[in-house]
Amino acid sequence: MTITVPSSILQSAERAFPFGPPVLELESISLRFGGVQALTNISFNVLEHEVRAIIGPNGAGKSSMLNVINGIYVPQEGSITVAGERLSEMTPTHAAHLGIARTFQNIALFRGMSVLDNIMAGRILRTHATFLEVALQLPRARREETENRAVVEEIIEFLEIEHIRKTPVSRLPYGLQKRVELGRALAAEPKILLLDEPMAGMNIEEKQDMCRFILDVNDHYGTTVVLIEHDMGVVMDISDRVVVLDYGKKIGDGTPDEVRSNQDVIDAYLGVAH
Amino acid sequence: MTTGTSGLDTFPKLLLHHSRERGERPAIREKNRGIWRTITWRELGEEAAALAVAASERGLQRGAHVALLGDNRPRLYVAMCAAQWLGAIVVPLYQDATADEIATSIQRAQVTHVFAENQEQVDKLLEILPRCPTVRCIVYDKDRGMRHYKQPQLVSYDALLQEGRELAAQKPDFLQGEVASGKGEDSAFLFFTSGTTGPAKGVVLAYAALIDRARLAAAIGELKDTDVAMAYLPPGWIGQILFGYVQPMVVGYCICCPESPDTMLSDMREMGPTYLLVTPRVLEALLKQVSLRIEETGGFKQWLYRSCMAVGARMSEQRLAGKAVSVGDRVLSLASDLLIRGPLRDMLGMSKVRVAYSASDAIDPDLLMFFRTLGINLKQLYGSTETGFFVAMQRDGVIKPDTVGAPLEGVELKLTPQREILVRSPGLFREYHADSEMTARAKNAEGWFHTGDAGDLDQDGQLRIIDRMAYVGALKDGSPYAPRVIENKLKFLPYIREAVVFGDGRDMVCALIDIEMAAAGRWADRQGVSYIGHADLAAHDEVYALIADCIAKVNAQLASEPLLAQSQIHRFTILGRELSADDGALTRTGKLRRHVIAEQYRALVDAMYSGHAGVRFGAEPDEVKIRDAKVTAPAQTRKVA
Repeated sequence: MTITVPSSILQSAERAFPFGPPVLELESISLRFGGVQALTNISFNVLEHEVRAIIGPNGAGKSSMLNVINGIYVPQEGSITVAGERLSEMTPTHAAHLGIARTFQNIALFRGMSVLDNIMAGRILRTHATFLEVALQLPRARREETENRAVVEEIIEFLEIEHIRKTPVSRLPYGLQKRVELGRALAAEPKILLLDEPMAGMNIEEKQDMCRFILDVNDHYGTTVVLIEHDMGVVMDISDRVVVLDYGKKIGDGTPDEVRSNQDVIDAYLGVAH
Repeated sequence: MTTGTSGLDTFPKLLLHHSRERGERPAIREKNRGIWRTITWRELGEEAAALAVAASERGLQRGAHVALLGDNRPRLYVAMCAAQWLGAIVVPLYQDATADEIATSIQRAQVTHVFAENQEQVDKLLEILPRCPTVRCIVYDKDRGMRHYKQPQLVSYDALLQEGRELAAQKPDFLQGEVASGKGEDSAFLFFTSGTTGPAKGVVLAYAALIDRARLAAAIGELKDTDVAMAYLPPGWIGQILFGYVQPMVVGYCICCPESPDTMLSDMREMGPTYLLVTPRVLEALLKQVSLRIEETGGFKQWLYRSCMAVGARMSEQRLAGKAVSVGDRVLSLASDLLIRGPLRDMLGMSKVRVAYSASDAIDPDLLMFFRTLGINLKQLYGSTETGFFVAMQRDGVIKPDTVGAPLEGVELKLTPQREILVRSPGLFREYHADSEMTARAKNAEGWFHTGDAGDLDQDGQLRIIDRMAYVGALKDGSPYAPRVIENKLKFLPYIREAVVFGDGRDMVCALIDIEMAAAGRWADRQGVSYIGHADLAAHDEVYALIADCIAKVNAQLASEPLLAQSQIHRFTILGRELSADDGALTRTGKLRRHVIAEQYRALVDAMYSGHAGVRFGAEPDEVKIRDAKVTAPAQTRKVA
């Protein structure tokens, strides 16, 4: 399936945010679960302000890769460098403090809470008032709440979800829930946004919308985006560079055109007689 | 009404008057990022002045045409003020118009400057720019996504305003002079009519005509500067401009722009408008939402709703008939108001509405009475773009649901032998833009305008509209036939979104039905009928049975009225997709374009009359079903055909 993105968006010959130095570098990452080799000696980098995709067939290790970046899995070998800081061990908390936010393949929102409250939850690291201050509504808590709300309202406008601001998430269709999750990740004002299959299970229209929002986030806020997707068509249209994984190994890396003409990638996707 | 308004014969003069008299009172409120923000009359005046001087620097001249393309946002109205400040003629377009429709309007009006709301509108304009060489400047409001656009015609509203603020301080005399040189007889607006019967016509209206009508209507509605109205209908339609721009300019009341069309209902609840303009379509949609929710509640709540509405209906009928209401009924009515009608008014955001007008199209009397029963002072208003909108309106105390009320002061009415309504009024349009031949055909030398509507005056001098002249006809047996009355009765039912009936010169009446997906879909869910989409649901036998029941009810109603008994619907079919403005079946204001529909569905209509049970239609894979409806005879019930 090919997704067409309005050409006006793709006319980005002149980028609002030109590529900067690498903000994320992965060196020789290997990850094992017992005897299963999930990732083998993978290295690649992500430039500042870039849309970088990780693709591969099912079971290729895409989500494991994202979980390594995010600090959920600790690789047995290799290192991660974020904004020049070399880390041998990443934790989710540390990742969040470094400005990495993410969405999940299976939506992980607070289902009973409203859209507004869910996105407000994304502001947690930007909130410094203590539990007691918030409970007693002391000045700092009130001021922060107002500031946070202003940021959240900007995101709500950006994602065009004004009409569901007060709706509980559980009552929303799938495509909108995905958008809310993106909103919550944006609320953290991340430097790097990790998106785990942002378009899985969507219809064509919802996919087009999501493509547009991802590109707009990159164009408007300059956010670096790392996304996983198994739908090749979507990825090729919106990414600057693509990493291709297969059976836990890197088999391709480059611009969409380079990747498309890479024989190993064609074999992995179309199958090859062994 | 404010005193000392005699010299104020243009909107810029009125704007300056308000910014002096009530400078700190709200002129426009807008919900933006979840918060209502206010623009006062003083701010509106200053921003319009700044924009005007900057636009003048960019070549906008007196008598030029400025097109506006966008939804109701404060900046659209500021742009309107600024253009008229310089004596330019404003051409409001429908924001959902296609690029081709916009191109036609721009070419015909020779538009030089365009205000566009956002990237979406700019994209449409850039597409047609090669065909519209007169366009020199496009001002866009929202800069999202506009970073990569480098066309020389483009300028952002913010940049223009910034330029203007600096210039305005240097050139106060220029601005004053521009206002002073505007006169009441100058052209203010060029509206493109919705075009039910043919291509859109460009209607030119002068300041004097609009201000005269608006003053009169404001006096009848007893409007004050503390009134609040919602700006939510398309700005391309004269009704929105009158209620959202002309009348606020005359009276000084405040308009509120909702955050987005999707949030309209909750925004309206927050602002509590006191003065409201609605169209029958809006009311139909509201009624359908209410019926749908009531159907889904439990038995007791349904019973309570029905009893309270019945009490209310009885009360409003007695009041309209001028009868005294008994003490017992008063108590019941109060109770029903506390329990159901009041809360429902609140849910609809209409609890503060002092007066509401329904315009743009004929309204079904039952629909009107539903809202009056709720306790909303809803009245009918008759007028068109060419007549300056206010021709006749219902007045408090003398409301008859089937008429549009008595003519307004200054309006003369005349009926031709064919019952066409002719109007002569100070509110009449000046001309059709650049088409003197068409103007002469519509408006004769003595100033009588042919409305194209058929109607009659009853014994109290109230005007009753039958239908468009072009659609009024007769069945083969000679009995009179007017499609809109029948269609409005069908559309009153929750499962029918749109109906098109045929019958002129035929031996019976047949109907095309477009189902209301939300209501029919939920009905199907409850019945356990599974379906994939609109087309699939529309083809289900169960749905046909449901619609057949609806039509049988309407037929029973028609049978009870001698003039309409012959117009009962004998056959119908359900359309597989919505009638929409994008394929030309509806106008941008949602009225039927009958000739287009008749052409598009010719095979289907022929099949209905030739009695085929089913027919393959166009490219649609499935057989379209045609069903007979139950027809009611005054004495007995029988199945026809």
